[in-house]
Amino acid sequence: MSKTLFDKVWDSHVVQHIDNGPDVLFIDRHLVHEVTSPVAFLGLKNRGIKVLYPERTFATADHNTPTINQHLPVQDPLSANQLKALEENATAYNIPYWGLGHKKNGIVHVIGPENGITVPGATIVCGDSHTSTHGAFGAIAFGIGTSEVEMVLSTQCIMQPKPKKMRININGSLNKAVTPKDVALFIISKLTTSGATGYFVEYAGDVFKNMSMEGRMTVCNLSIEMGARGGMVAPDEKTFEYIKGREYTPKGADWDKAMEFWKTLYSDSDAVFDKELTFAANEIEPMITYGTNPGMGMGIKNDIPMAEAVEGGVATYKKSLEYMAFNEGDAMIGKPIDFVFLGSCTNGRIEDFRAFASIVKGRKKADNVTAWLVPGSHQVEEAIKEEGILDILQDAGFELREPGCSACLAMNDDKVPAGKYAVSTSNRNFEGRQGPGARTLLASPLVAAAAAVTGKVTDPRELMEEVYA
Amino acid sequence: MAYDKFSILKSSAVPLPIENVDTDQIIPARFLKATERKGFGDNLFRDWRYNSDGTPKEHFVLNNPIYSGKILVGGKNFGSGSSREHAAWAVYDYGFRCVVSSFFADIFRNNCLNVGVLPVQVSPEFLDKIFTAIEVDPNTELEVNLPEQTITILATGEKESFDINDYKKGNMLNGFDDIDYLLNIKEGIQTFAENTPL
Repeated sequence: MSKTLFDKVWDSHVVQHIDNGPDVLFIDRHLVHEVTSPVAFLGLKNRGIKVLYPERTFATADHNTPTINQHLPVQDPLSANQLKALEENATAYNIPYWGLGHKKNGIVHVIGPENGITVPGATIVCGDSHTSTHGAFGAIAFGIGTSEVEMVLSTQCIMQPKPKKMRININGSLNKAVTPKDVALFIISKLTTSGATGYFVEYAGDVFKNMSMEGRMTVCNLSIEMGARGGMVAPDEKTFEYIKGREYTPKGADWDKAMEFWKTLYSDSDAVFDKELTFAANEIEPMITYGTNPGMGMGIKNDIPMAEAVEGGVATYKKSLEYMAFNEGDAMIGKPIDFVFLGSCTNGRIEDFRAFASIVKGRKKADNVTAWLVPGSHQVEEAIKEEGILDILQDAGFELREPGCSACLAMNDDKVPAGKYAVSTSNRNFEGRQGPGARTLLASPLVAAAAAVTGKVTDPRELMEEVYA
Repeated sequence: MAYDKFSILKSSAVPLPIENVDTDQIIPARFLKATERKGFGDNLFRDWRYNSDGTPKEHFVLNNPIYSGKILVGGKNFGSGSSREHAAWAVYDYGFRCVVSSFFADIFRNNCLNVGVLPVQVSPEFLDKIFTAIEVDPNTELEVNLPEQTITILATGEKESFDINDYKKGNMLNGFDDIDYLLNIKEGIQTFAENTPL
């Protein structure tokens, strides 16, 4: 029987199927961070059980860590306590732990692929909804709750009903200044934040084939923002090239054996999806959001839609614009902004810093803008330095911070003040996401860079005639 | 973690007729720093419920004494966003045992089922009827019957059935959790693991 990519990976991990119930799904690799794990470890302790396969779990600190002075003790006592709990739990249960200051430390979804923890055909979970990122490698990867973290720690399995399958095809060539972030924000604007709920998505077509691994990670990362549990791209030579030789990828004969399986990971030509959508690459423009969910996005040169023209409740839509202090029909171009955030598991990789630098090179940060540039990991930080990007950023008046989730969810001190506007390369523009009362405009690193040097929402294409091919 | 058994719940309900209520509204990230599961109800809907100085916002439904009960009724796409189970804990800890909406985000729905909060998905039309009934009489009672898989507006007798898989239904009725189940099949899991390289 013909199968989709998703079926092939899912079916090979089912330990038991329960009629009119979930599948018991075996989890190959489990990522753990400080915020969603302590209660799970407490559960193990209360039940008097151990971690079944500690070598399949990896722990890092990222969500509430500071992005300056990481060598000093963490000031906030609650954050410090949570970090201490993770370190103690990792030690007690023999789980590899890359805490603050460790050279492998970084955002969980950045360090997984960097270290070869993420491989094709694997099942990967983490107590974080953006675990969908790892689907870029042809893995089934999705976010779970703390009860499920406890299940994986104690039994290496979770219980999940098999989701429906959706394929999103985009063929053709992308327009100038259209990045993977724009592709994802475009799809979400078409589907809304609940349009893919209940589905697992496969991204297919020229656009994803031609996309870098970093770009595929950005797209898969944002799958959850249209409600999908996860998204995936079939692995290809680019994928194998990326993972080969990384610390936790198979070596020698194990690699050859794994490759035999990985080469079977594609949707059969006659495989059936529950839903299939197709868009043309040239429909997509550089995107920006104007509201309080990631589905409220549009081409940067468009005007904010009238309430009557959008799907969903008028009252909810108006409440959203009221929070943003925007009006129906407003142009986004030219709107003054206060903050720029480059980073997060969505856009905190080296390619994102290259894109940002391509715009700010030879220009200066606008005086009215506070910019937080936060690499996704120490490895990204090192690459920024080695490639000379740091010099470009510093010449333009920017500083680089230390790795972590930072202002994406503002659990640490990186909070955008109430009423201020932030152009952010992160993933959510919910009310208060970047700090109580903060107003977020989601966009690509190019749009963020254009805003950072002009102090307002600016079409990056106007700044890239010469510097960006 | 075990929770109270759920069978038939008869209660007034708290209306929140807003769409896309995301987990950052249910519990903002800055309140996720605890290492134990307690006290999250105090910060349920924190920024809609309180001003920055900690005083209650009078117009928010949880601060309006005419509304109370163990059932929360929300707009479409309830619980979108983050995987934080803290959102479901906050709902439970505040005193809700059931959330009704015309559509739930996946992870939030799963998390609710794992902590003893029953997510009841109804049609958009029935959701409107519930909102209307509460508007007419804030004390109006709903009956959520898990064995029968029905929800009834008692004042009018209007009723709708809802879906839940047999396995999860059994867990809710008996107060079991998934780990109990998984630990019972541990040997099978270990055999599977031996054949599944890292």
